[in-house]
Amino acid sequence: MSKAMSRRLDAQIIPVSFTLNGRLQEIEVEPHELLLDVVRERLGLTGAKRSCDVEVCGACTLLVDGRPVSACTTLAFEVRGRSVLTIEGLAENGKLHPLQDAFIEHGGFQCGFCTPGMILAAKALLDEIPNPTEDELKHFMHGNLCRCTGYKKIIESIMAAAKKMRRA
Amino acid sequence: MLRRFRLDEPESVKEASEILGRFGESAKIYAGGTELLLAMKEGLVHYERLVNIKKLGLNHVRRDNGVIKIGALCTHRQLETAPELQNSLPAFVKLEQYVANVRVRQVGTIGGNLCFAEPHADPGTLLMAVEAKMVAEKSSSKREIAAADFFVDAYETCLEADEVLTEIQVPAPAANSAIAYLKFGYLERPSVGVAVALALNDGKKTIGDIKIAVGCAGPAPKRVAEAEAMLKGKGADEAARNLPRAGEVAGRAAQAISDLHGSQEYKEHIVGVLLKRAFHSALSRC
Repeated sequence: MSKAMSRRLDAQIIPVSFTLNGRLQEIEVEPHELLLDVVRERLGLTGAKRSCDVEVCGACTLLVDGRPVSACTTLAFEVRGRSVLTIEGLAENGKLHPLQDAFIEHGGFQCGFCTPGMILAAKALLDEIPNPTEDELKHFMHGNLCRCTGYKKIIESIMAAAKKMRRA
Repeated sequence: MLRRFRLDEPESVKEASEILGRFGESAKIYAGGTELLLAMKEGLVHYERLVNIKKLGLNHVRRDNGVIKIGALCTHRQLETAPELQNSLPAFVKLEQYVANVRVRQVGTIGGNLCFAEPHADPGTLLMAVEAKMVAEKSSSKREIAAADFFVDAYETCLEADEVLTEIQVPAPAANSAIAYLKFGYLERPSVGVAVALALNDGKKTIGDIKIAVGCAGPAPKRVAEAEAMLKGKGADEAARNLPRAGEVAGRAAQAISDLHGSQEYKEHIVGVLLKRAFHSALSRC
């Protein structure tokens, strides 16, 4: 049964108009629907991952008005009138974002499960602090966990992207 | 998975309080949701209605007649970046910079943090040491609650069902005074937190006033008057000599619980260590 059909007749419906990856999106949600489910299941954008489900790991990171949030614990109605960026919206006209290039070039991922969250969090960091020190980077990124490897390559990737973005 | 609930979005404190009063325990205030939604997703609690209070504003930070007033809906992010707090309460700003992670700080509110009263939280301990007041409002009345009276137990405050925490008031620190908050933990949440608010007397020779609060280790943050008395009025050297004993007293006062974060004895020991460091940190900045 589809999600819409399973709704109770007395369900409270909230219209949500928001910008998703630069395009206007209009949907209806019930109050209890989570942003991560809406983005993954209803809108088909599966880059954000459900992992810890308790705001600790960062795999479900999305940017709302440019700031990172845990989509696993964000009610979908909260994005009314706001701008949501998922990893699918980061490349422009088929051209990867410098952070994406840097993660490839510097080996900033292995299995890739944490990568969408890592890259979006890193984007928020660099939008706020274009020239971060390594300590600032670690402080900002400490809530994004990678379980394949250490963080050295990830840090190198972000630092390299920062350098490239400053030159651009 | 979250079970269904209805959402109310009141536009005033009065309206919010009336909804809370009408629906009693089946309704709960919802602000950032960083704590509440976790408990609801786990099925630990369920509410038929959530009352979203984010339309109430309450996100101000201002100084008013020697009192720093912080709206209960300020997010941790707002507080860690608030220019009004950088000079007046740097220890609080630093505490806020290290709450959870960047995503939780983005949406989690100071009021939600205090009202949820999760024991492993930082702000309540510091606010207790600076003798902050919590302003609680309902449809017909308003009262101020001393931080020391606010926390009743783990996940329990003294707020009534139809009261809304609207503001936190912190007395602006006096001259020759400083605050230090230190925490320790190797899990996501802090295991032990110690706050010291220290003021030197006029000649900067003795400890004019000291307030100590301990948190995270037990069910709720606690002021430790007995430890304060061992240090107050003493010269810096004598106070420093009394610190180990004050630390033992503070450790016992923490009502530490043995759990995943560590044994009771271990946490009591850490309280003493952090008290010593927080004392010297505050003293060096007076």
